[in-house]
Amino acid sequence: MQDIQQLKDTAVQVRRDIIRMVTLAQSGHPGGSLSSTDFMTALFFKELNSSAQRWTKEGKGNDMFFLSAGHISPMFYSILARAGYFPVKELATFRKLGSRLQGHPSVEMHLPGVHCASGSLGQGLSVAIGAALAKRANQDPNYVYVLVGDGESEEGQIWEAAMFAAHNKVDNLIAITDWNRQQIDGNVDEVAGLGDLEQKWRAFGWSVIVADGHDFDSILDAYSRAKKESKEKNRPVMILMKTCMGKGVDFMEGTCEWHGKAPKPEQADKALAQLKETLGDF
Amino acid sequence: MTTYTNSGNKDTRSGFGAGLYEIGQKNNDVVALCADLTGSLKMDAFAKAFPDRFFESGIAEANMIGVSAGLALSGKCVFAGSFAAFVTGRVYDQIRQAVAYSNTNVKICASHAGITLGEDGATHQILEDIGLMKMLPNMIVINPCDYNQTKAATIAVASHNGPVYLRFGRPGVPNFTPENQKFEIGKALKLSEGKDVTLFATGHLVWEALQACKLLEEEGVSAEVMDIHTIKPLDTESIIASVTKTGAAVCAEEHFIAGGLGESIAGELAARKPVPMEFVAVNDRFGQSGAPAELMKSYGLDADHIVQAAKKAISRKQ
Repeated sequence: MQDIQQLKDTAVQVRRDIIRMVTLAQSGHPGGSLSSTDFMTALFFKELNSSAQRWTKEGKGNDMFFLSAGHISPMFYSILARAGYFPVKELATFRKLGSRLQGHPSVEMHLPGVHCASGSLGQGLSVAIGAALAKRANQDPNYVYVLVGDGESEEGQIWEAAMFAAHNKVDNLIAITDWNRQQIDGNVDEVAGLGDLEQKWRAFGWSVIVADGHDFDSILDAYSRAKKESKEKNRPVMILMKTCMGKGVDFMEGTCEWHGKAPKPEQADKALAQLKETLGDF
Repeated sequence: MTTYTNSGNKDTRSGFGAGLYEIGQKNNDVVALCADLTGSLKMDAFAKAFPDRFFESGIAEANMIGVSAGLALSGKCVFAGSFAAFVTGRVYDQIRQAVAYSNTNVKICASHAGITLGEDGATHQILEDIGLMKMLPNMIVINPCDYNQTKAATIAVASHNGPVYLRFGRPGVPNFTPENQKFEIGKALKLSEGKDVTLFATGHLVWEALQACKLLEEEGVSAEVMDIHTIKPLDTESIIASVTKTGAAVCAEEHFIAGGLGESIAGELAARKPVPMEFVAVNDRFGQSGAPAELMKSYGLDADHIVQAAKKAISRKQ
């Protein structure tokens, strides 16, 4: 398990991986990958009761993680590789013909760390709820985590799932929203405003924790409170991680422009100059 | 020809309910979900006997499919049910990504399929569901013909680890296949031997094909009847073998011509054994309100229309 300085070092390497992967592929989604990097690094390197060695697709006896917002796969793949789920050098195959690292996560080629395909938005929360119900049925005390995007929360299925989880008192489920406030067509509030997201989740019967998604103390505190609160209140928990789109690369920050666009090589150089190589590039 | 006797009309959805209850007793990993139609799908016996393994999703089919996928990838054998219209077209993308592409062990259980849903009309009468489901890689598509076969199919699909689309219907229809039959996924059943034409049928039309066979026999025409309960994977060897003998084909189904069993068979025949073929199915029009039997007649889905189609196919032989 990593201390906070190690988490920071890992996160900056993950950000380098993200930029290098999308640049090599000349496609992919850097913006949301960068905004979610810190809290996802904390989840995998500190919080999750699972490991590359123990991981199975069925997830019995382990915490499980589901990425609903499948387009931020560069972040997911980098973290999985850095956590030892598959060789780091495989990151170079991202989006290439025959790769296990599909543009959006797939289980077809059995990539360790992926339980279910995602990419078409709005579905992962439901899938995670199913996994949590199975854990309950199997008397498995571990948790199921799922990451959704804020733009993704415009999908109706998210709210079907929200109602279902609260109704069924799914108290082994911790959902995270990457609240970066950007989507392809612009600012979420301008494209199709979510209104008061915090109150919405509360009204749907969930516990809600708001955290700074780039501050490791805040992130780790949120994870620890989420586990406690889920059991105390016997209900699912949503952590709203306040983040910045494109975090860590100055010209990508706070804009929707880099949601799904790859940098040109010279732009990549400019980005990588801001991200120190800490663990060795792939 | 072989004679089949109707042991009394029964709805195929009750065969599903009975099969589900039976496998629920045998296998603790079997779980079921329904979207506010538990009674209509005859899932109430299972729900009552195994409350911890039954999940009411409410009127939220998309979530139901996702939750089903999550349960399945965790090791459960999942039966998710609703009307065919709401558990296919309405949730196609969810089935595509979380069930078919992710190859999860989810059985999509579709009741009230086709026009025999009856009085509720076209919004609820799906006639394209077989087409939608057969296009998905990894998906097995099964449409049994009567109560006994539906029960047997329900039990059989629990032993298959992967996505299945199981289609059945609302009204009472003749129950004529053997009780406690062994159901083999992907195996066409030859119900009657013949030499002039093959009548391929699936679902409610299998009984009609048997009646058509009798009527044709009275006119000196020898028809072979094949029950194609599994549309995908298609038993192409049995199909080719039959038309090689008879030289003409009819396909009867409660579905659109587009996307149906007939289309699958025609594709195989065109590639391997072209013979004259006729289709008894709905051609590019929506259903409407009416009594089930009345609708079947009005839309040309009955023994008389199969007889006409058979004669036409035979007349086209060179």
